[in-house]
Amino acid sequence: MHGRPRKAYKPEEEAASAAKAAKLRGLQSQFMANHHNKIYTKEAVDLSTKLLEINPEAYTAWNYRKLAVEDKLSRIESDPDLVKTILDEELRVVESALKQNFKSYGAWHHRKWVLSKGHSSVGNELRLLDQFQKLDTRNFHAWNYRRFVVELTKRSEQDELEYTDDMIGSDFSNYSAWHNRSVLLSSLLARKADGFLPNKKIPDEYKLVQNAIFTDEDDQSGWFYHLWLLDQTVNVETPLLTSSWPSHGSRISLYAGCSNGSFSKLTTFGSESGSFPLVLYFDQAVGGVSSSTVTIDSELKGNEDLVWEPVSKKNSQVSCVWVARLKYISSEPCFGKEYKVKVRVGNSPGIVSSRGFNFSASYEFVFTAHVHDTVEESSQEGIVSWTDGFDIWDAESKDLNALATLDRSNAQMDSKWRQEAIAEEIDLFRELPDSKIGKLTLARLLMAKAMISDDAVKGVHYNEILELYKDLMALDSSHYQYYKDEHSVALLRKVTSSTEDLSGHLFRCRNMNNSVCLRLNNLSLSRIASVEKLLFVQMLDLSHNELHSTEGLEAMQLLSCLNLSRNRIRSFSALDSLRHLKQLRVLDVSHNHIGEHSVDTTRYLCSSPLSNSEWPQDEVGSQMPSLATKYWDAYFVLRDLNLKQLDITGNVIAGDEFSSFVLQVVPKLVWLDGKKLEI
Amino acid sequence: MSDLPPYPPLDPTTYDLIIVGTGVPSPILAAAASSSGSSSVLHLDPNPFYGSHSASLSLPDLTSFLHSNSLSPPSPPPPSDTPDFLSVDLATRSLYSSVEIATFDSSILDERHSRKFNVDLCGPRVLFCADESINLMLRSGSNNYVEFKSVDASFVGDSSGELRSVPDSRAAIFKDKSLGLMEKKQLMKFFKLVQAHLAASSTERDEGVVKIAEEDMESPFVEFLAKMPLPPKIKSIILYGIAMVDYDQDNVEACGDLLKTKEGIARLALYITSIGRFSNALGALIYPIYGQGELPQAFCRRAAVKGCIYVLRMPITALLLDKASESVVVETGGYKGVRLATGQEIFSQKLILDPCITVGSESMSTLTDQQKETLRVLVPKSISSEGKIARGICIIRGSVKADISNALVVYPPKSLFPEQLAAIRVLQLGSGLAVCPADMHVLYFSTVCENDDQGKAALLSAMSTLIKPQVPENLQSDSAVENDTAEAAKPVVLWRALYVQAMVKGEFGGSISSAASPDGNLNYNEMVESAVKLYEQLMGSEELFKEETSLDNTTEEENDGGVEIEA
Repeated sequence: MHGRPRKAYKPEEEAASAAKAAKLRGLQSQFMANHHNKIYTKEAVDLSTKLLEINPEAYTAWNYRKLAVEDKLSRIESDPDLVKTILDEELRVVESALKQNFKSYGAWHHRKWVLSKGHSSVGNELRLLDQFQKLDTRNFHAWNYRRFVVELTKRSEQDELEYTDDMIGSDFSNYSAWHNRSVLLSSLLARKADGFLPNKKIPDEYKLVQNAIFTDEDDQSGWFYHLWLLDQTVNVETPLLTSSWPSHGSRISLYAGCSNGSFSKLTTFGSESGSFPLVLYFDQAVGGVSSSTVTIDSELKGNEDLVWEPVSKKNSQVSCVWVARLKYISSEPCFGKEYKVKVRVGNSPGIVSSRGFNFSASYEFVFTAHVHDTVEESSQEGIVSWTDGFDIWDAESKDLNALATLDRSNAQMDSKWRQEAIAEEIDLFRELPDSKIGKLTLARLLMAKAMISDDAVKGVHYNEILELYKDLMALDSSHYQYYKDEHSVALLRKVTSSTEDLSGHLFRCRNMNNSVCLRLNNLSLSRIASVEKLLFVQMLDLSHNELHSTEGLEAMQLLSCLNLSRNRIRSFSALDSLRHLKQLRVLDVSHNHIGEHSVDTTRYLCSSPLSNSEWPQDEVGSQMPSLATKYWDAYFVLRDLNLKQLDITGNVIAGDEFSSFVLQVVPKLVWLDGKKLEI
Repeated sequence: MSDLPPYPPLDPTTYDLIIVGTGVPSPILAAAASSSGSSSVLHLDPNPFYGSHSASLSLPDLTSFLHSNSLSPPSPPPPSDTPDFLSVDLATRSLYSSVEIATFDSSILDERHSRKFNVDLCGPRVLFCADESINLMLRSGSNNYVEFKSVDASFVGDSSGELRSVPDSRAAIFKDKSLGLMEKKQLMKFFKLVQAHLAASSTERDEGVVKIAEEDMESPFVEFLAKMPLPPKIKSIILYGIAMVDYDQDNVEACGDLLKTKEGIARLALYITSIGRFSNALGALIYPIYGQGELPQAFCRRAAVKGCIYVLRMPITALLLDKASESVVVETGGYKGVRLATGQEIFSQKLILDPCITVGSESMSTLTDQQKETLRVLVPKSISSEGKIARGICIIRGSVKADISNALVVYPPKSLFPEQLAAIRVLQLGSGLAVCPADMHVLYFSTVCENDDQGKAALLSAMSTLIKPQVPENLQSDSAVENDTAEAAKPVVLWRALYVQAMVKGEFGGSISSAASPDGNLNYNEMVESAVKLYEQLMGSEELFKEETSLDNTTEEENDGGVEIEA
C-alpha cells in the first residue's frame, strides 16, 4: 500500500476505464432519481449496491442506504431475525466496497452506523479487521474503526495493547500501532490499572522503543513514540506553582509615585496608582485563580477582594501567569512601616489546569513590603540611556532570592524513576552520535535532566545541549530556525540556572532609581524563555539579538524599560504581548524590520482588523481613519501602552507620517527617536 | 530385483533421451526436455518409488534403501550375446557408507506409525523462496503438484545447548533478545548496505548510489565483514546462519571453500529477497508438505504430462555400443542404447545416468579408446576428491525448542568442539508437514567431512547437545533422579540413522552423461544449476522451459498463489 509506483495506463485499460465511467454515470443518474423520489424497493437498493461496488466514494449512496434501512426497519415488527438480515446485508455491501477501496471514508462510516444500530455480531468485526490490518498494517481507517469496535465490544485495553505488540513486532514502521499504544497506555496509566504504574511501565516502554530506534534509526515512528515517552517522563499532570513576585522571604521597597531618589539595595517599586503587582507563575496554564483560591494575609488595607487576572490573550480564562494588584496607599497614612504579606495558593480547591488536573499541593509564601513615607517628585522626564549609568550588581543582594524558585523535585514525590529513566536514555543516545535525530533526542533528554536535577550539574548539561544544537544548525539547515530557538531556550536556561550565571548579566541603573537591569544583549537569541525566573527585572536589554516576537515577556509585570533594538521584529503585532505590561514606559524597537513586509491578513476574516465594530467608537480612529487603517497593527499595540519614550528609527515604517500617527495614539510620549517632543 | 513382476515390453523402443534415476536434478531435465516439444523422453528408475537419492521414504524403506545401496551390488547377469551391439555391463556403486541405524523405541516401527513417516534421504534440505528451484517450478508448472509450508524459525546454537534465533530481517532484529542495541544497529546497517548495493546493481545509474567497492567484491567475505566492522557473534550469524557457509572462514588453511565477498553478497541477496517474496510465507525458508520427495515427483508429473514415459522398478543392466568401432558416428560416440533388466533393448540418442551407475574397470579394459571416451563419465573417480557429507536422522518425541515445530539450527565451525571443521546444520520438521506422527519431530543433520569417522563424530556431538541421551531400557525405571532440568526438557530420541554420503558431481559426456548426486548444501541451488548446465550442453543453448511462457502471461499475483504456502 506504500511506496508502490503508479503505472501508466495502457490503451486498453483506458478504454476499460472509459467504459466503466459510462456505466457509472448511467447508474448514478438512475440512483439519483430513486433517491429524490424516495424509492426504497429491492431493485432500487440493489442499484445503489451496484453503484457502491464500483464507486465506494459515492457518499450520497451511503446516505441513501441509511434512509432505506431506516425505512425497512420501520416496516418490520422488530423481528430480530429480519433486523439481522437487513443489517447483515449492509455489512456485506460495506465489505465489498472496502475491497474496492480500503480507504473509503463513506464505507467505514456506514459500517460504524450499522453497528451503532445494535447489530449483535460485533465479534466478527475484529476478525474482519485482523484481515484488513494484515493487508495494510498502517491504515488509519482500520485503526480508527478498531478503536470504535473495541469500545463497543468492551474488549480490554490490555488485550489491545498486546495486539499492538504483535503489530509492532511484525513491522515496527507502523505509526498507527505506536500511536494506538500511546493512547492505550495513557488510559491504563491514568486509571492505574493492575500492573500499570508509570515507574514500572514507562521504563519498559523505553526498552521496547530503543529496539526499534537502534534497529533502524531512519524510521521515524519509533522516534515519535520516544518523544511521547519523554513527555510522559518529564511532565507531571498536576499543575505546580513555579515562581512568584515578590518571592518567598523577599523584601520590597514601595514608593508612592515614580521615585528615583533612593539608593536602597532592595527592589524598589513605585507607581502612581499606589498598587504593586503580585505575580503567580504556574508550570502550565491554569484557570480558577481568584480571591477564594488564593488568600492574602496582610496589614495592607483594601486588599480583601483582590481581582486576579490571567495574563493571556483576550478572553482566555487560563494562563500560566496570573496577576493581582495589591494596594499599598490607602486613605489612612501608613507610611514608613513594614508589612508582612502572607500568600496562600490553593488553600481551597478551584485551580485547575487546562487538561483538567487540580492544583493540589497548596503553597504558602511570605514577603515583606517596606512602604516609604516620602513621596518623591515624579521626575522621570529625562531620556533613558542604555549605554551608561549602570552599576555592577552586588552579588550579596537578597533579591536573588527570586532565583530560588520553588523546587519542583520536592513536589514530585516519584521523581527518582524519572531521573533514572532519563539518565539511562542519555547514556544510550550518546552512542548515536552520527544521526541528527539522535543528537536532537539527546539534547531534549539533557534538557529534561537539567530540569529535574540538582543545580550543581546543570551548567555542564547546558553546555552540551548548546553544542548539540550548534551542530544541528550546521548539519540540518532546513530545520535551522527550530534548532536556533531551542538553542536560545537552552542558553536562557543556562543564564538563569544559578546566581553566579545570572549576576553576570545584572546591573543597577543609577538614573532609574537603582532599577534592576538585566542585559541579555548580543546573545543571538531568537526566542525568549525562563521568564519565570526573571519576574523581578525592571529594565531588560535584549538588543542585538534575533528575536521575532516578544512572546513570554508578558509575565514580567515590573518591566518599565525594554530595549529590543537590532532584532528581527517584523511588525507591531509581534509586540502584542507587551500590552500586558502596565509599567512599561520606555521601548526601543529601533533597527528592526517593521514595515518591510506587509502583514499577512489572510488569516483574519476581514482584510483589516480595524473594520470590526470596536473601531468607529475610537477617538483616534475617527480622527485619522486612513492612517489608523494603514498602521492598524501599531495602533492596536501602542494605544494600550503607556509609553514615555519610544525609539523607532531604522525601521521601514519610520517616517514623518508614522511619527505624527504615534503622537496621536500615544499622547503622553515625551521622547521619540531620541528627541524631546515639544508639546 | 528377482521378484519383479513381468513388465510388458516397452513401446516405442527408440527415444531421443533416456534418463535413468529420478533423483533431483534428473526430473528437471526430463520435464525440460519433454516440454521442449522436440524430444521424446524415457525416464527409468530401478526403485519402486520416485526420487532416488532425494526421495522421502517410510522408515523401513529408508533403512533398506540405505543398506541395499551400501552393499556391493548384486553380480550382474552373465553378459548375453547381442549380435548387433557391443554390450557393456553396468555396476552400481553405493553412495552411502558407515550406515548405522538404531531403534530405541520399537513401537515407532508399528504399523500405525510407519505410514505416517516421510523421511528424506538427503536432508536437511529446504527451499529459499527466491531461489532458482522455485523459479523453475513456476516456469515449468510443476508448482501445481506440490504445496509448501514455512520453516518457522532459524537458530544458531553452541555447545551450551542454547539456541539463539537468527536475526535475519528487520522485524527479527527488532524482536531479538540476545543482541545488544549497538549490535542491532550494526547488523541492520550491514543489511542496509547489502540492500543498497543490490538496488544499485539492478539500476543503470552509477552516481550517488551506495555500492560495495569492486576490490572488496573479490576479497574474502570474512575480511569484508571484519571491515564493516561487525562483532564476531554477528559475523558468525551472517556467515553460517544466513549465508549458510560450510567451512570455517577464519581458518584459511583448513577452509575447504573460502567464500568471496561477491558470493557472500549473492547468498545474502538470496536470503533477503526470499523474505517476503510470498506474502503467506513467514520467513526465507519453505519446505514441501509430505517431504522432499515431492519435489522430484512434481517435476516427473510435469514431464509425464508433456509426454515423458515413466517406468519404475526398471534397472538397466548394460549399455549398448556400436560394434563397428571404426565407423563410429561422432555425435553418438558409438552409444546406441541400454538393455533393461527385462532383457529388452531400448535405443536413444542420448543417455543420462544416475550418479551411482558405473562401469567396472575390468569391462573397460577390452574397449577401444573411442569407446572408453564415450563411457568416461561412468568411470568411478576416487570418492574422497569429491567430498563427503555425513547425514543423520533422528525421530524424536518433543521438540528442540518449545512452541516451535519447524526450525533450522546451525552450529557454526568450532561452536560445539574445538576441532569442528565445518558448520553442522539441523532441520527439525513436524507433523504439520506430514512427515511424522503428531507428537514427534524428524531431525535432519548434515555436515561436510573428510572421512566417515570425522563426520559422524560431528553429528553425534550436535545430537547430544540437542537430544537427551537414550537411557538403556533396563535402567529407565529406577533412574528417576533428574537433577538436570535442562537435560530433562530435551527431547527423547526414538530412532536414529547415521550415514555418510559420497558426493558425485554431474558430468556431461557427449552422448552419455551423469547426473549429480545430492550435495551438502541446504538448498537445491547447485543441483538446479548443474541441471541447467547439463541441459544446455545436451540441447545446445536452448533455454529451460522456453515453451512454457507462463512467466510472461501470468501476473506476479498468480505466481504468489502458485506456490501454495499455507500460513
